[in-house]
Amino acid sequence: MAKITFIQHNGTEQTVDGIPGMTVMEAAIKNMVPGIDADCGGACACATCHVYVEAEWLDKVGKRAAMEEDMLDFAFDVKDSSRLSCQIKISDAINGLRVRVPEKQF
Amino acid sequence: MSEVISTDAVIIGAGPCGLFAVFELGLLDIKCHVVDILDRAGGQCAELYPEKPIYDIPALPIVTGAELTQRLLDQAKPFHPQFHFNQMVTELIKHGDTDFELRTDGGIVFRSKIVVIAAGGGSFQPKKPPIPGIDAYEGSSVFYSVKKMETFRGKDILIVGGGDSALDWTNNLAPIANSLTLLHRRDEFRAAPDSVNKMRELVAAGKMQLKLGQVTGLTGADGVLSSVQVKGNDGAAFDIQANTLLPFFGLTMKLGPVANWGLNLDENLIPVDTEKFESSTPGIFAIGDINHYPGKLKLILSGFHEAALLAQQAFHYINPGKRLLFQYTTSSTSLQKKLGVA
Repeated sequence: MAKITFIQHNGTEQTVDGIPGMTVMEAAIKNMVPGIDADCGGACACATCHVYVEAEWLDKVGKRAAMEEDMLDFAFDVKDSSRLSCQIKISDAINGLRVRVPEKQF
Repeated sequence: MSEVISTDAVIIGAGPCGLFAVFELGLLDIKCHVVDILDRAGGQCAELYPEKPIYDIPALPIVTGAELTQRLLDQAKPFHPQFHFNQMVTELIKHGDTDFELRTDGGIVFRSKIVVIAAGGGSFQPKKPPIPGIDAYEGSSVFYSVKKMETFRGKDILIVGGGDSALDWTNNLAPIANSLTLLHRRDEFRAAPDSVNKMRELVAAGKMQLKLGQVTGLTGADGVLSSVQVKGNDGAAFDIQANTLLPFFGLTMKLGPVANWGLNLDENLIPVDTEKFESSTPGIFAIGDINHYPGKLKLILSGFHEAALLAQQAFHYINPGKRLLFQYTTSSTSLQKKLGVA
């Protein structure tokens, strides 16, 4: 089990349990975390599960794949810390992960 | 009480697949009414890429969305389909044992023996970037699609995005714009390599500018844009002078009322069999982008095939017990009479 904390635009925090093998997006949807829309259901085809990974976790979650990089073109206010949460697999290594949810997915 | 229109078939969606279904059903003497949320036929071909060429329609090496739509309308014409535009089907229920009742948001009521859902991605909408205050400029300075290129002649245009729409419209509008800037968040593009090369040639020739960064704000008055604020990739903020902004961030498909019709759905798609392209409700068929089956390809040509096959089963619902003789339009006098050519 890995704890994942979602920080909303207004600062509200919500920590959920993620099962290794799931994605961060799935953990968010399962726990009804606001602001993660995931319209395409995890196919890396919509960019509506955009999150900003907190600096200290950036190395641990790994790099964006090429398809994810392409899909981020459809996100708004993309930063160096931007990831699509459907492309971050949960493992014990990211127990404690903290990500910020953008004000709006679109 | 609204007047009730009785018909053999109601087709939901006047895109290419819906239009070809009119033809295939027509050959089997099945009369169709066609409902579409847009104000004209063509679906995505009309709304999103009327002037964009399509290269994978059999026997048409190149055809624009508008031209394909016109050709399909011409082909369906002998069967006198009746179109109901600017209407969304909101209700679809069983009426008695064999019929369906459909209602639109415009108050039209149909009683129909079969229903063909050819609704594509549902009612699709361009993604609108959440730039503060963008609403005030929509329709006057901000556009999410290009319906008529002439509208943009002489304008100072900023196009945002890195996909095919952004690149195609950059290349097409650069020659007629007063000035044109393409803004993208990185110096890589998902668009067709040819389009990217063409854009880079235009930049090299000084006919347009390419900037890397993201929009942060808009400045203007009374719905007229004067400049766009940008955060550059190096972190520096700058302004781009523009009276026209075209953001191309892709589309979002909204299934809409289809979800409420009691059909089995799979991820917003309607699962069908590959013999009849029928949904979980007998008599309700689904063709084109909205259906799903193993191996499904979202291609217009797949929808054409699906239309031909559903028509066979539709015939049996509408003419119970009657034998359907398979015929070719090249040799059958009876089909040729229907087409008005014999």
